[in-house]
Amino acid sequence: MSTQETTGQTQSLTLVQAVRDGLYTEMSADEDVIVMGEDVGKNGGVFRATEGLWEQFGDDRVIDTPLAESGIVGTAVGMAAYGLKPVPEIQFSGFMYPAFDQIVSHVARLRNRSRGRFTCPMVIRAPYGGGIRAPEHHSESKEAFYAHEAGLKVVMPSTPYDTKGLLISAIRDPDPVIFLEPKLIYRAFRGDVPEDEYTVPIGEATTRREGSDVSVFTYGAMTRPTMEAVEELAEEGIDAEMIDLRTVSPLDREAIVESFKKTGRAVVVNEAPKTGSLAGEITAIIQEEALLYQEAPVNRVSGFDVPYPLYALEDYYLPNAARITKAITETVEF
Amino acid sequence: MSVLERDPGDLVQVLDEDGAVVGELPDIGDETIVQMYRDMVLARHFDKRAVSLQRQGRMGTYPPLSGQEAAQIGSAHALGDDDWLFPSYREHGASFVRGIPLDQTLLYWMGHEAGNKVPDDVNVFPVAVPIATQTLHATGAAWAASLKGDTDTAMLCYFGDGATSEGDFHEALNFAGVFDTPSVFFCNNNQWAISVPREHQTASETIAQKATAYGFEGVQVDGMDPLAVYKVTREALEKATAAAPPDSGRRPTLIEAVQYRFGAHTTADDPSVYRDAEEVERWQAKDPIPRLESFCRDRGLLDDESIEAIDTDVTDRVAEAIESAESVARPLPEALFESVYETMPDRHHDQLAEIEALRAEHGDEVFFE
Repeated sequence: MSTQETTGQTQSLTLVQAVRDGLYTEMSADEDVIVMGEDVGKNGGVFRATEGLWEQFGDDRVIDTPLAESGIVGTAVGMAAYGLKPVPEIQFSGFMYPAFDQIVSHVARLRNRSRGRFTCPMVIRAPYGGGIRAPEHHSESKEAFYAHEAGLKVVMPSTPYDTKGLLISAIRDPDPVIFLEPKLIYRAFRGDVPEDEYTVPIGEATTRREGSDVSVFTYGAMTRPTMEAVEELAEEGIDAEMIDLRTVSPLDREAIVESFKKTGRAVVVNEAPKTGSLAGEITAIIQEEALLYQEAPVNRVSGFDVPYPLYALEDYYLPNAARITKAITETVEF
Repeated sequence: MSVLERDPGDLVQVLDEDGAVVGELPDIGDETIVQMYRDMVLARHFDKRAVSLQRQGRMGTYPPLSGQEAAQIGSAHALGDDDWLFPSYREHGASFVRGIPLDQTLLYWMGHEAGNKVPDDVNVFPVAVPIATQTLHATGAAWAASLKGDTDTAMLCYFGDGATSEGDFHEALNFAGVFDTPSVFFCNNNQWAISVPREHQTASETIAQKATAYGFEGVQVDGMDPLAVYKVTREALEKATAAAPPDSGRRPTLIEAVQYRFGAHTTADDPSVYRDAEEVERWQAKDPIPRLESFCRDRGLLDDESIEAIDTDVTDRVAEAIESAESVARPLPEALFESVYETMPDRHHDQLAEIEALRAEHGDEVFFE
C-alpha cells in the first residue's frame, strides 16, 4: 500500500512526466522497487523520465549502471529472483537487442522453467518509435518481437493518465512487462493525472471515439495521427470508431471483436514494419472470431518493410493522417 | 596471507597427483572430507549410469561430468547455508550437494519440466543452458542481497572456459567489480568447449588473470584437487561476506579451477574426433577420486571396508533415483501452460482446450504415434 497521503488532486502532466510520477509513486509505496539503467541517476534519464528520483531515493534505489544492456537486464533477473522489483530502463528500444537473449531466454521463461519456484517481476522500460529526427537506431517500433514471446506482457500507452496507471500496474504485476513509451508524444500534450496512486489494467483496450462505420485499431504514438484522421472523416460523414489497444500482449480480443461486430470493417494502424507486425495478429483475430460480420478486407496501415530510415526519409515511412484517412475511406467504400 | 593473494597463474594445490599433501590443508573436519569423498564417488557413479541411460534410449542428451567431481563437490561443500548457487548445466554433483535430489536431475534430462523445479528450501537456480547468461543472474542476486542488507549471503556461479568468451561474462564481472557484489565466479576450465580448446577461447595466459581487469582477485586452483578447491572457494566466500569493506571485504573473486572432462561434451559428440587419447590419459592421472581416497587412507579416514560400504550405498542410491525418475508419468498437456504466467491468460485456456478436444476424440495416441 502507498505511504503517500491521498490528495484527491490531479495535476496536468506530459506523458514523460507521468512516467516519472508513476515511478515515484511506486518507489514511495514499495521499497523493493528500484530503478536502474544508463544515466537514470543524477542526469535523470536522457528524456528526464527519472528526474529527481535519485535525489529522493538515493544511490541504492536509483542506480546508474555501466553501459551494458544485457548486464542491466541480466542482473535485474537475479535481483527479481532475490525479491527486488527492478525497473530497468533501456535508453532507446533500438538498444534492447544486446539484452534480447536475457529477455527471451530468462526474463520470459524463469517462472515457467522453474515451475514457479523463481519469478521475474520486472518492468523493462524503453522509449520507442519514430518522428523525432533522431540518429540511426533510435526510432524503431519492434513490439512484435516481445509480443511473440510467451511469458512477457507488452504495454504501449498513449496518454499521460494511462501511462501512470499502466506503469503502476506493470510494476505490481507478478510477471515481467515490456513497457514501451511513445517518445514522439513524450511532451506533445498534457493530460490530467491524479496525484494519488491508481491503476489502469494491463490487457484492456479503450474506446477513444465511438462510431458505427468502421473500427480503427491502433496504439502508442499512432493514436495521434489516427485521431486526426478519424475526426477529419467525421466531418465528411464517416463515423469511425477508434480503439486504443494500450496493451499489445495480451491483446484485448474481446474489445477488438466486439467493435468489429458492430462495424464490420477494420483498419489497423501501427508504425512497425508491416510484415509480422501486430496488425497481422489483429487481422487474424477478426478472421477467427467475426468472419461472418466482415464487409471489407482488413486494411493495415503500417511502417514499410525496410530498415527504419534516417530522418530525411522518415516522413515517407511513418503512417500519417493522410494515409490513414485514405485507408479508412477505402475500407468504408469497399 | 590469503590464498587469494597470489599470482593468478600460481596454481593452488593441497594434494599432489598421488594424494600426498603438498600445500596447507583447509580448515575442515574429517567428517566433511569423508562426505566429500562419498559425494565424488556418487557423482561419478551417477554420471556413468546417466550416460548408460542415454545410450539405452531411456534418457535424452546428457552432459557428463566425469573428471570434474573435485571442482563441483569441493566448491559446493564450501558454501554456507545462506549462500546461493547458479549452475550452468553440468554441475549435477554440486547441485546434489546443495539439495537437488538425483531423481530430479534425471527428470530434467529425461525431458520433464518438473526436473527444473528446485525445492522451495534450496537456493539453487535452475540449470542455465545459454552460455554465460547465468553469470549476470548471479551478479544481480548478489547485488540484491547486498542492497537488502543480507550480509551473510554470497552467490557462487559456475561456468565453463568457453563462457569466458561471451559478452555476459564480461558484463557480469564488470558489474560485480563496480558494485562490490558478494560474488564468487567459479570457472570450470575443463580445457574444451565442445571441440574448441581453451587456447582458442582467449589469448590470456590464464582465465584467472581476467579478474585483474575487473578490479578484483583471480586465482587458479587445481580443479581436480577437492581440498584445494574447498580452500580457495571458502576464502572467496568469506571475502564476499566479510564485514570490513571496502579494503579487505565484500568483494568478488574469480576462481579458475583447472580440470578436464574425461568424457564427451554431451552424449551427442565423440571427443576422439577432436582430441588425442594421450592427452586424456595425461589428465586421467590427476583423477580426483583416487587422490582423495589415498589421502583419506593415509589419515585413517577410509579403509577397504568403508570404501566398499560407500560404493554399495552409492550404487543403491543412484539405482533408486533412476527407478523413481522412470516411474514418473508423462506430464499432462496443462503443464505446457500452467506456469507461463501467474494467471493463465484466455488464449492459454483456448489452446489447452484445443489439445484436450483432440485427446477426447482420439486419445493420446494421436500425439505419440
